[in-house]
Amino acid sequence: MIWKKLKLWFHMLGSAPYFYGFSRRVAPWLWAGFAITTLYGIYLALYVVPPDYQQGDSARILYIHVPSAWQAMFIYGVMAILAVIALIWRIRLTEIMAMSCAPIGAALTLVCLATGSLWGKPMWGTWWEWDARLTSMLILLFIYIGIMGLYAAFDDKRKGARIACVLVLAGAVNIPIIHFSVEWWNTLHQGQTIRLIGESSMDPSMLPPLLWMVVATKLFFGAALLDRARNELIDQDRNKKWVSERILEAA
Amino acid sequence: MKPAHGRPIAALFRRDMKLAFRRLGESLLPLFFLFTVIVLIPLGVGPGPNLLARMAPGMVWVAALLASLLALEHLFRPDLEDGTLEQWFVGNDSVYGRVMARLLSHWLITGLPVIVFSPLAAEMLNLPDHALGTLILTLLIGTPALSLLGGLAAALTLSTRGASVLLSILIFPLVVPLVIFATGAVSMTADNLDPGAYIGLLGAFTILALTLAPLGIAAALRMNLE
Amino acid sequence: MNRSNHLLSGSRLEFHRYGEPVFDPVDIDLEPGTVIVLTGPNGVGKTTLLRLLAGILAPVAGKLTHHADVSFVGHQPAVKSDLTCRENLAYEREVGPPAMPIAEALAMVGLAGLGSRPARALSAGQRKRLGLSRLLVRNAPVWLLDEPYASLDDAGCERVDELIASQIDSDQGVILATHQRHPHVDAERVVQVRLSTQRTGDRS
Repeated sequence: MIWKKLKLWFHMLGSAPYFYGFSRRVAPWLWAGFAITTLYGIYLALYVVPPDYQQGDSARILYIHVPSAWQAMFIYGVMAILAVIALIWRIRLTEIMAMSCAPIGAALTLVCLATGSLWGKPMWGTWWEWDARLTSMLILLFIYIGIMGLYAAFDDKRKGARIACVLVLAGAVNIPIIHFSVEWWNTLHQGQTIRLIGESSMDPSMLPPLLWMVVATKLFFGAALLDRARNELIDQDRNKKWVSERILEAA
Repeated sequence: MKPAHGRPIAALFRRDMKLAFRRLGESLLPLFFLFTVIVLIPLGVGPGPNLLARMAPGMVWVAALLASLLALEHLFRPDLEDGTLEQWFVGNDSVYGRVMARLLSHWLITGLPVIVFSPLAAEMLNLPDHALGTLILTLLIGTPALSLLGGLAAALTLSTRGASVLLSILIFPLVVPLVIFATGAVSMTADNLDPGAYIGLLGAFTILALTLAPLGIAAALRMNLE
Repeated sequence: MNRSNHLLSGSRLEFHRYGEPVFDPVDIDLEPGTVIVLTGPNGVGKTTLLRLLAGILAPVAGKLTHHADVSFVGHQPAVKSDLTCRENLAYEREVGPPAMPIAEALAMVGLAGLGSRPARALSAGQRKRLGLSRLLVRNAPVWLLDEPYASLDDAGCERVDELIASQIDSDQGVILATHQRHPHVDAERVVQVRLSTQRTGDRS
């Protein structure tokens, strides 16, 4: 019974007017959730967690750096799945959502790079280090920009989305390889680098803010995705009847 | 998958090579680029033999990449413009085979010259003699992957405005593992270590590209023909 | 209707651009010895349909079956500027089952003696005829022609009609799109397929 309802809901979600309404109703809640979890997470990160043994207070930036890195990769995964669906079943909304993921992923990658840079300055004395993670994130940023650029270069948005989806999949195959090769490259050339974060050496007391921030980035992704997709939809359908009806309704 | 008939594909290859020789200036440009890089960079960083030796594998590979990039503009675009590209899709013949033929001629014009002149480049960049063999091996295995991935980037950007800029942005992330594995192998040999693992990875990467890239290229070409 | 001797059949073919159907669903069946002329207002999508039938575009809906080899001459003549006429046709000959010798094909389209001339040195009309001569050096039962009379003078148009006539006389088929002249062949062998569309036209 619930399976049938779920299937029906998915089909309805593929219809533009329904998605518009759904997105308008749900996104504000996700934004609110994002605001709350971020505030609480930052509060925990700044005031509750004790300073790091080695790095002192400057390590606190990892609570933004790490979740944004994880989320940037997660977004690519979601985008890749949407791209597969878009290419096989040609569902227009999946095309739009896949393309809407890219700018959000790019933004989070940028946040990761910026916070990594800010962290690096007190730690290593330089604004940039060829650390494995930072380098991988930089390449990921290029991939995101490439996808956005390719999509933007087409007037026919459906055609552009499908071509960009081929690129998304090419990147999806490549990203694990890039990750792996950069790791290797890093150890080859720099020996044992002090890693930005030692995964195994995290004290349990440092965990809660991290988890809250991870949840916060997920909510951010959901809210931003719904908003972007909705805007892209309206932009593409701006001459259609349902758009003028809905906008007038809202006005 | 459409059946592959050998004769049309061989004919396409021969025609492409014939055209490449007709426009010899254009075809030799990648080679000229290689020389430019090999001369300019030492002029830029100074002739210190140890520094050059350290940089040699990377420089040769960057030169190979740029050489490949130059020729990518002309990979599919002329055929799009004079209508010969859409003929690939007419009827029942294999697009996959034609893509491979086209990439082969691209590699012969960009990859092969780099391989042939790599000993000269190695000498000028002070690469240790015992590492030359590894350099040539990595070029042999890796430059086809350059052509494959470059072909994918070219196919994706075929009908876009500002294609050359976009092409460069697209290709760069795709070839990162290639450059890392190849230069890593040569560096290992230069340091008298065993490069076997890197070469194995390089080979695996090329095989992966060989399997997947032509499919992506065919799909992207067809989408761009709409 | 005996479907098995149709050269090409398509039912409810659709293609979309910018997310909208280009033309209303089309049914088309090519019988041996006939010419199908695609008609319809400018911009209705005759070129798109021809490219669909050729296999260049994939239909968004509907089913297309080729029962025989296809040759397509579109807006561009599909010849390489840097190759001579003879070299261009030699390549074409290798693609499909070879038919007429090159010299004969060039003569039939009025390009006799121009075999060694590079294609870029030809006039627009000559290039068009070179493109059409591609049809002759290969043995393709189905010809798909997009505006075959464009860029040609009266003599050229007559030659095109001769080519079409010889094709259908040997029980092969032709599908062509034209918005000016219609083929001057036996009227009984001509079938018209009219395209229509629901689009209002403005694509902004």
